[in-house]
Amino acid sequence: MTDSSRDWPLYEIFIRARAGLDHKHVGSLHATDAMMAIEHARDLYTRRQEGVSIWAVRSSDIVASDPADADALFEPARDKVYRHPTFYDIPEEVKTL
Amino acid sequence: MYTQGLDSLGKDCLRDEAQDIGRLEQRFQARIDAEEKIEPKGWMPEAYRRTLIRQISQHAHSEIVGMLPEGNWITRAPSLLRKSILIAKVQDEGGHGAYLYSAAETLGVSRDELIGQLLEGKAKYSSIFNYPTPTWADIGAIGWLVDGAAIMNQIPLCRCSYGPYARAMVRICKEESFHQRQGYEIMLRLSRGTPPQKEMAQQALNRWWWPSLMMFGPSDAESKHSAQSMRWKIKRFSNDELRQKFVDFTVPQAEFLGLAVPDPALSWDEAAQHYRFGAIDWSEFEQVLKGHGPCNRERLEARRRAHDEGRWVRDAAVAHASKQAAKEKSRAA
Amino acid sequence: MTPHCRYVLRLADTSLILAQRLGEWIGHAPAIEEDLGLANVSLDLLGQARMLLSYAAELEGRGRSEDDLAYLREESEFLNATLVEQPNGDFGQTIVRQFLIDAWQLELYEWLQESKDPRLAEIAAKAVKETRYHLRYSAGWLVRLGDGTEVSHARVQDALERLWPFTGELFAADAVDHEVAQAGIGPAPESLLPGWSARIGAVLSGSRLAVPPTTPFGWHGKRGQHSEHLGHVLAEMQSLHRAHPGAIW
Repeated sequence: MTDSSRDWPLYEIFIRARAGLDHKHVGSLHATDAMMAIEHARDLYTRRQEGVSIWAVRSSDIVASDPADADALFEPARDKVYRHPTFYDIPEEVKTL
Repeated sequence: MYTQGLDSLGKDCLRDEAQDIGRLEQRFQARIDAEEKIEPKGWMPEAYRRTLIRQISQHAHSEIVGMLPEGNWITRAPSLLRKSILIAKVQDEGGHGAYLYSAAETLGVSRDELIGQLLEGKAKYSSIFNYPTPTWADIGAIGWLVDGAAIMNQIPLCRCSYGPYARAMVRICKEESFHQRQGYEIMLRLSRGTPPQKEMAQQALNRWWWPSLMMFGPSDAESKHSAQSMRWKIKRFSNDELRQKFVDFTVPQAEFLGLAVPDPALSWDEAAQHYRFGAIDWSEFEQVLKGHGPCNRERLEARRRAHDEGRWVRDAAVAHASKQAAKEKSRAA
Repeated sequence: MTPHCRYVLRLADTSLILAQRLGEWIGHAPAIEEDLGLANVSLDLLGQARMLLSYAAELEGRGRSEDDLAYLREESEFLNATLVEQPNGDFGQTIVRQFLIDAWQLELYEWLQESKDPRLAEIAAKAVKETRYHLRYSAGWLVRLGDGTEVSHARVQDALERLWPFTGELFAADAVDHEVAQAGIGPAPESLLPGWSARIGAVLSGSRLAVPPTTPFGWHGKRGQHSEHLGHVLAEMQSLHRAHPGAIW
């Protein structure tokens, strides 16, 4: 019953909720072409005025980091506490710093 | 939004349990215990993945099949405002089905495969949708009771350990908030209306009360898979806890409507601060689940027909897209 | 009933009956996303119909409501274009019907934005945005189906030939049209034809579809003379409302 060779490709959808905000990933949907992807995103993800702009990207075009690499990629940043402003002790009398 | 059989873990999963629990599983459980979310492609026990695919897809199927009993009244809604509301609601259900299929797809299964399982009769969906909607009051009762029960089931799912499912549920719960209210408003209008309208409302409550209580699934004593789902934080409350909460909330709402809950054993337990209710006829539930409900056959047939009659359309869109891609390729060359 | 009121009812009924037809699809479309798409178009049209019916009721001045007009008029009192009452058929037929009417409504509402009737201008200003999207949706599908496979091409070409005879009515003026055109309330129907033909032609040629020849028979749904289908549409739509006279829902 499934005709897998004819599956509609998957798109990832990003919505800008209002001007001034970033596009944010909201989910995915199926469409056969770019125009259909935008239309489906509009009908599926903005029925309640959730957006003013849509990005649609073929899911297969997204390059993602491998969760197995997470330690190597992200752990090294953990001990660089001196990158954060709260690392530094400044006397309270010193203002606007 | 409807959930049922959330605890149906399946036999394969139990077999896995018997295997050795390795370091990965321990780490996985530690993350769950620490309320960390699990995300796609990260390591997860096969049984966790299979449980989620089954649960999320059942939930998605329920949304899609659930469009049918209410869709039955779109063309006959008694006012243009009610028609608009009903179209928007049934449309939301389609949208919720789509969100859920897309959450399931993050677990490495395609939507077409899942839909195939539904159409072949291999997948379950909430058996509540195998009941008919003979009158307009059924639309009110579904919104009030069925969506009410569903919301009770779903709110805890917003904190489910699997990220994509939890995020879909947050969106769904937000959108669903109007569904129950519009249903109650229909019941309110009917119960304050003409005698035939009030009678219509009472009959609908009679039809939907018990099936709604069954939506929470078998009682805890009978539900053998709940424990593992609780441990994985896919499920957070037991079936009986949620059912009790639903009864406690709903009985006063029925009283406000001036309608009688069809349960002679129903009474308020002052000491426990809960309503006590009569025994549920689980044999009916089992029958409907097995395909012997009033509308099982019709519902699946309607879905199959839509799928089969739509195939040439889906194929045409794919063919057009590949022609366009070929054109662009030759232009670029 | 004044020509002005009759004219507004024509617009209202055309949107209403088309919304009703699209409502039949919900839950049965070829893909979930199309269930949502068709529902959105239906909701927009229903919104237009409600605004226009309320306005027609005001113009009529008999204290009737939008629901009185939708649910308690007889078939011969409905003034929709005959095209919109035609059955959904398959998805291709629904798309062709939608495309033909979308292109017309877009021309119409663009004109009505400048109508001397400020209420109509206001309604048209809202509707024109909705209609632009409807046309984008239906034209997109028409191209996919026209170009897609041999089967889909044959089906939509057939639908086009089946529905084309109903388009003549959209551009044929009668006494009501003359009156509203004179008053600057509505366009002369035939003036919308060049714009409509251009829109239709551009999309059809992009999808390998042929414009069917014009046939001599004219339909007059807008005068209350309907095809066999409207009676069934109304019997279904009005049944519950009429079974409970005076009830509030």
